[in-house]
Amino acid sequence: MSTSSHAEPYVPVFVGDTKARLEALATKYPTRQALLLPALWMVQEARGWVSPEGITEVAEQLELTPAYVRGVVSFYTMYHTHPVGRYFIQVCTTSPCNICGAEDVVRALLTHTGCGELGATSPDGKFTVAEAECLGACAFATPVLINDDFIESVTPESVPALLARYT
Amino acid sequence: MGYPHPIHPKETPVLSTHFGDPDARSHAGWVARGGYVALQQALGMTPEAIVDEVKASGLRGRGGAGFPTGMKWSFMPKDDGREHYLCCNADESEPGTFKDREILRWTPHALIEGCAIGCLAIRAETCVIFIRGEYTEPYRILQAAVDEAYAAGTIGANAMGSGKRIEMIVHRGAGAYICGEETALMNAIEGKRGNPRIKPPFPAVAGLFGLPTTINNVETLAAVPAILTRGAAWYAGLSLSSPKSTGTKLISVCGHVQRPGTYEITMGLPMQELIFDLCGGMRPGRTLKAVIPGGSSVPIMTPEEVADCATDYEGIAAKGSLLGSGGMIVMDDTTDMVYQIMRLARFYAHESCAQCTNCREGTAWTTKILERILRGEGKASDLDLLLDLADNMTGKTICVLSDSCATPVVSGIAKFRDEFDAYLSGARAPMTVGV
Ligand SMILES: Cc1cc2nc3c(=O)[nH]c(=O)nc-3n(C[C@H](O)[C@H](O)[C@H](O)COP(=O)(O)O)c2cc1C
Ligand code: SF4
Ligand code: FES
Repeated sequence: MSTSSHAEPYVPVFVGDTKARLEALATKYPTRQALLLPALWMVQEARGWVSPEGITEVAEQLELTPAYVRGVVSFYTMYHTHPVGRYFIQVCTTSPCNICGAEDVVRALLTHTGCGELGATSPDGKFTVAEAECLGACAFATPVLINDDFIESVTPESVPALLARYT
Repeated sequence: MGYPHPIHPKETPVLSTHFGDPDARSHAGWVARGGYVALQQALGMTPEAIVDEVKASGLRGRGGAGFPTGMKWSFMPKDDGREHYLCCNADESEPGTFKDREILRWTPHALIEGCAIGCLAIRAETCVIFIRGEYTEPYRILQAAVDEAYAAGTIGANAMGSGKRIEMIVHRGAGAYICGEETALMNAIEGKRGNPRIKPPFPAVAGLFGLPTTINNVETLAAVPAILTRGAAWYAGLSLSSPKSTGTKLISVCGHVQRPGTYEITMGLPMQELIFDLCGGMRPGRTLKAVIPGGSSVPIMTPEEVADCATDYEGIAAKGSLLGSGGMIVMDDTTDMVYQIMRLARFYAHESCAQCTNCREGTAWTTKILERILRGEGKASDLDLLLDLADNMTGKTICVLSDSCATPVVSGIAKFRDEFDAYLSGARAPMTVGV
């Protein structure tokens, strides 16, 4: 994953293979609008976040207005509407994990990534830590999602070794 | 099996038999374990015959509401000439619930087979499986299994050479608990904000893309193949207490037990045995304080209520709570009930889709009031205020997310009032809320 900023010229996502993937999906659904969530995932996979230019491109591809697409993007928590660290870390702190010490895991992650506070990106641009609601793995407190990697049973003690895997 | 633990003698493994066995994930592995025999059988049956068999089994929806599955299927129109849809609900986001995840990642073909049979029963040619965005590993495994099932000709334009078409699409969510509500789920698939729709019209009349649709939970659909191969009578006979609760149920148990995991029990197993035998009971030196038996949306139970409770729809209802999704949260004496009820309220406040005033305002204010009680800034009148808010959040909104926020507050104040009073009187030291 890479992050880009407004200063760089926007490089379209839906060209070549990605465009072909989108059109292959289009044959499965009765409307083009139904491709909206998958298309936004493709943008985020390619760019690390869903920028205003990405929203415009998706809108053009699916024959929707940018305002409509923005409205949908803002509903779903997993689409990033601004750049985040190269590794986006989500930690469950909902009650079942909370009673098993999830908040201590968050504190350890904030300390060892150098993020300091929730939602902030570490000075080296590597990490962003966010709290998440129930990740659906409550027997494995505390589950942590790092980009697409789902890691079970994280403890404050296991945090340094876990982070060392992300370079 | 009580994944990740070995099978306990008091379990009844049907759905969970192959949890933990990666070889069961492949198409060939599934066929070697008796897979797709039920689909073959269903391809030779009429839709009515499939529906009747499932009706006779007593199978009820495992997504939370417990609605009889065969009856739900029978609501779909016949000979209406329109396309029909089956939606499989793999959104699994109710705190405490993680049973569908094990089906998705260990036995994806059990689900695909169940979905295919469900399509035949409701005369649908397409099933859309909606899976929560955070389930990255289950998504990869499920998508690979669907691709394999297509490649093998098990599903597709000519499913198992029957001439019947069964298409399957895996659609990823993007973070929103509310998309597990069936009409919000359909909106998410259609490329809209995941707001629940006002009912009626019900999905069987106007559902996905405005067409007749049935929505079923992962565990519900995965239970169907065994019902066809082993027979409705066998399934209906699996019951230890109430004939209205049949079959096996996956119970995902989490919190302060020695062996948290996903257990498969015959309906009606005593809850005491589930917690103390199967899950190994409390950690050393700890005692049971509270159980939320069916996902965070159901009333909290006390140890006294747990002591003689049958784990099935009727048994838990008799104790004033609900079996719900079967996501069981166990709390020991170290638990601060006020803090955890605040944390649950915060969950619902975060997940409210905000289209109903009572839900949007009620969930937010409930959280704020609980936070101020924890910080030692509560007022004597706050508990009455919370109960008044809860009343205004119950039965007054488009969907029941609002009611679900009120539930732990009302049952929490009723059963653990002394803990709230301790914060209000200053007997308990104020807390820092959150990280
Ligand atoms: C707020 C809310 C969230 C829900 N989340 C889920 C869910 O994650 N998974 C699920 O299967 N059902 C969920 N449901 C229930 C579904 O609306 C629906 O009843 C269920 O999927 C039907 O399947 P079943 O009859 O097989 O149980 C939820 C309901 C509500 C109101
Ligand atoms: S009750 Fe809450 S979540 Fe449900 S539709 Fe209304 S605002 Fe949305
Ligand atoms: S509460 Fe943490 S994964 Fe469910």
